[in-house]
Amino acid sequence: MEYNARNAMEWSRLSSRKVLGSVFCQLAQEKDFIVMVADVASSTSLGDFVSQYPERFINVGIAETNMVAMATGIAETGKNVFVMTFAPFASMRCFEAVRTYVGYMNANVKIIGLASGLSMGVGGNTHFGLEDVSLMRTIPGMTVVSPADCTETVKTIEKAMDFRGPMYIRLTGVNGNPIVYKDDYDFAIGKGNILREGERTLIIACGMCVNECNRAAKVLSKEGITPTVVDMHTIKPLDEELLHSLLKTHQNVVVAEEHTLIGGLGSAISEFITKNNYKNNLKCIGLPDKFGPVANYGYLQEYYGLNAKSIAVTVSNFVKENQ
Amino acid sequence: MNNNFLVDENKITELKLTAKNMRLNMLDMMKNAGANGAHIGGAYSACEVLACLYKGLLNINPASPLDPNRDRFILSKGHVALALYSALYEAGFITKEELFSFEENESHFGTHCSKYVEKGIELSSGSLGLGLSYGCGCAYMAKLNKQNYDTVVLVGDGECNEGSVWEAVQSCAKFKLDNLILVIDINKQCLDGFTENVMSIYDFDTIFKGFGWNVKSINGNNVKEVCEAFTTTPRNNKPTVLLSHTLKGFGLSLTENKTGWHHASLTQEQYDQAKAELEAK
Repeated sequence: MEYNARNAMEWSRLSSRKVLGSVFCQLAQEKDFIVMVADVASSTSLGDFVSQYPERFINVGIAETNMVAMATGIAETGKNVFVMTFAPFASMRCFEAVRTYVGYMNANVKIIGLASGLSMGVGGNTHFGLEDVSLMRTIPGMTVVSPADCTETVKTIEKAMDFRGPMYIRLTGVNGNPIVYKDDYDFAIGKGNILREGERTLIIACGMCVNECNRAAKVLSKEGITPTVVDMHTIKPLDEELLHSLLKTHQNVVVAEEHTLIGGLGSAISEFITKNNYKNNLKCIGLPDKFGPVANYGYLQEYYGLNAKSIAVTVSNFVKENQ
Repeated sequence: MNNNFLVDENKITELKLTAKNMRLNMLDMMKNAGANGAHIGGAYSACEVLACLYKGLLNINPASPLDPNRDRFILSKGHVALALYSALYEAGFITKEELFSFEENESHFGTHCSKYVEKGIELSSGSLGLGLSYGCGCAYMAKLNKQNYDTVVLVGDGECNEGSVWEAVQSCAKFKLDNLILVIDINKQCLDGFTENVMSIYDFDTIFKGFGWNVKSINGNNVKEVCEAFTTTPRNNKPTVLLSHTLKGFGLSLTENKTGWHHASLTQEQYDQAKAELEAK
């Protein structure tokens, strides 16, 4: 894959899910894999892939549980299998098949949860992916990745081609996704990226929240708060080395995610802090334990305090409280 | 499947003996399991099918359990793992010591199957309704890779209450998997009793034909019928289902077609009587 500003713009235009078609087409020239969907080929722009590589494409219809369990049978023969459907169905409808067939049997299956978080907007709560990280994180051996933008989505898919074992790839955002990574950069599953180096305050985010946090940091710098911002794209396993290093030098920690506050990245960081007896101040920004309104994506980001402006206010108040 | 499988009188006698030995071993396994109990009812109903598969029908070899061209047997009704373990012992995949580690602490041979292909266990099962999907994946890849192996999936009739079974049924037909044989062990009982009182599927024959499958009904406790059904499976771009009519707990008067033996323990007296009855057969 070519990583440059032109491709970053093009991928951003497509959205993290619609970029998949061209990514699979390009990677199919050198990698051996199967793509399965539950009637979402058009939602992921797979048209070219289907026509160029029909033998590598399986559409099982609207039958997510069957898709996941069938994928494990295919993976048994040595293939790397990508299964795709919208995040709530990928994580919840077939969770037991994921846990027992993919997880317990350590199957080489990559589950791509499309349009996770709040990105379905007016599609509403039936289509939001607000619990997928919590669920997937509980499965032993499951790697959980939530890319920050479309370029990182492409990087994740490319790395997943050579990764053996279960993985959940959580895609967030809509078309015209903000670009976090304009140019090529080093990406490794399990290694967080420091986007902005600051002091005392650490902001950790994943998915679309990364860009919002990065923008919030710019606003905060005008107030004299200079946070370090980390793209923690891999939620499981956490980049413990990076966390040990940063938690020792940053007393205030803020975690932002488009996910319920129960069990997501914030919980993972909280567990890490507790387990290692760190005494950092921690603030988690995410969705409360309550079903919320149906509205467009931008509205919901603001409603839940997940846009740059709201995050900046939350961080600023948090820092003042802990001065 | 083994195309050279000859179902003559000698073979039928041998398979009946295999089924008898499996039942005796399962009885001892159940006795050793004590209060942990065992799923004897469904294990006994499926005993003849497993005996036929593991003593001739399946192209498998304990010396090369990872052979990519081996036939796949997928036990979806994973609670009758003890029947699979007994068959694997008869076929030389596991030792008697391993067989009798059934339900012991840290044994790999628990109540339900854990995948262990080196020992012939293809699937972690026990969560009902998912094995046919797995088998569908195996059979699909045989077609794609132009390999000759077959996939046999065993489900229970009660298990067919699970909606995911029918998702997989659609897929097997769509992908024209005539290298897949589904066996439904229709023993007419589930945990809570007879299926007609719990949740009955009235007409498997019509349903499967409607889904585009080949359908054949057999007496699943008759080794001759079982063998003939497998060896005459049509290869006509359709998957095949064998409606294997059996009796839960078949082969032992204590358990045969009686309720309460889905999962149970044995008293010493029951064990002694059962052992004597089975040995006398």
